[in-house]
Amino acid sequence: MDGGALQGFLTMGGYGAFVWPAYGLSLLVLGGLLLAARQGLKRQERLSAEQERLKGRRR
Amino acid sequence: MSDIATSRRTNLHRFANPGRFQRTAGAVQPWLSAFTVLAFALGLPLALVFSPPDYQQGESVRIMYVHVPAAWVALFGYLFLAGSAFSLLVWRHPLAAVLGRAAAPVGAGFTFLALATGSLWGKPMWGTWWVWDARLTSVLVLLFLYLGYVALLHAFDDEQRGERAAAVLALVGVVNLPIIKFSVDWWNTLHQPASVLRLDGPTIDPSMLHPLLVMAIAYTALFFLVVLMRARAELLAARTRSRAGR
Repeated sequence: MDGGALQGFLTMGGYGAFVWPAYGLSLLVLGGLLLAARQGLKRQERLSAEQERLKGRRR
Repeated sequence: MSDIATSRRTNLHRFANPGRFQRTAGAVQPWLSAFTVLAFALGLPLALVFSPPDYQQGESVRIMYVHVPAAWVALFGYLFLAGSAFSLLVWRHPLAAVLGRAAAPVGAGFTFLALATGSLWGKPMWGTWWVWDARLTSVLVLLFLYLGYVALLHAFDDEQRGERAAAVLALVGVVNLPIIKFSVDWWNTLHQPASVLRLDGPTIDPSMLHPLLVMAIAYTALFFLVVLMRARAELLAARTRSRAGR
């Protein structure tokens, strides 16, 4: 990509101030949903494993 | 009961089993993750680089590739929520409450994105961030339905009462879906009419339709991936709670 094409890409033909925030916000919300779901699942897996371990020790 | 009916019932029952769902979901998740990554890896370059600028809207048309899929999944996610509400109220399906709980905040996220990216597209094209017209207002109502569902889930001490109240709201709210879809035909609005899901076929050019469809597939895959992970976490939490209670 030469300099002009790159600049054209970044400015989005004058609409960069609208196009890039739209993509950035989408990344933020979708990425946030995914990360939160992953953390929640990991946490429950940890709690469940912990419970198994404690139960095994009690026996 | 006929043999077919019996076997169909046992089949349904098999999927109703949370343990089986957990195992299947655990096996599907890595494949669904890979598929989602692939769809975005294909869709984003198509949307940002390889699709043409619009002859009227210029480069601002690229907002379409994140706006329209978000709006489609917002609607589809609500159908999913209403389906789970129906099977909770009618069949008391053991997974229905879990899936509804898992899907509602995700649907709200997609609806918020549809509104926010629409606003970012509206400003340069219509000259305003927001108008109280039929399409925009009915999608705002959709966001409130999702949020109301989540609020009702937590509004009762008895968890099951909350789930049932939320399910009733979800079913009543279904009436909003055709209003959203046909709002652009029934009322005067700034929002453009449908150009893809039309009876007479898409009016949008293939050079824009194909990237849009790839992005729609990516968004749908991501919706299912997040709902799947949230449902797995919900089921694990329920098992941990019931074991601790013993």
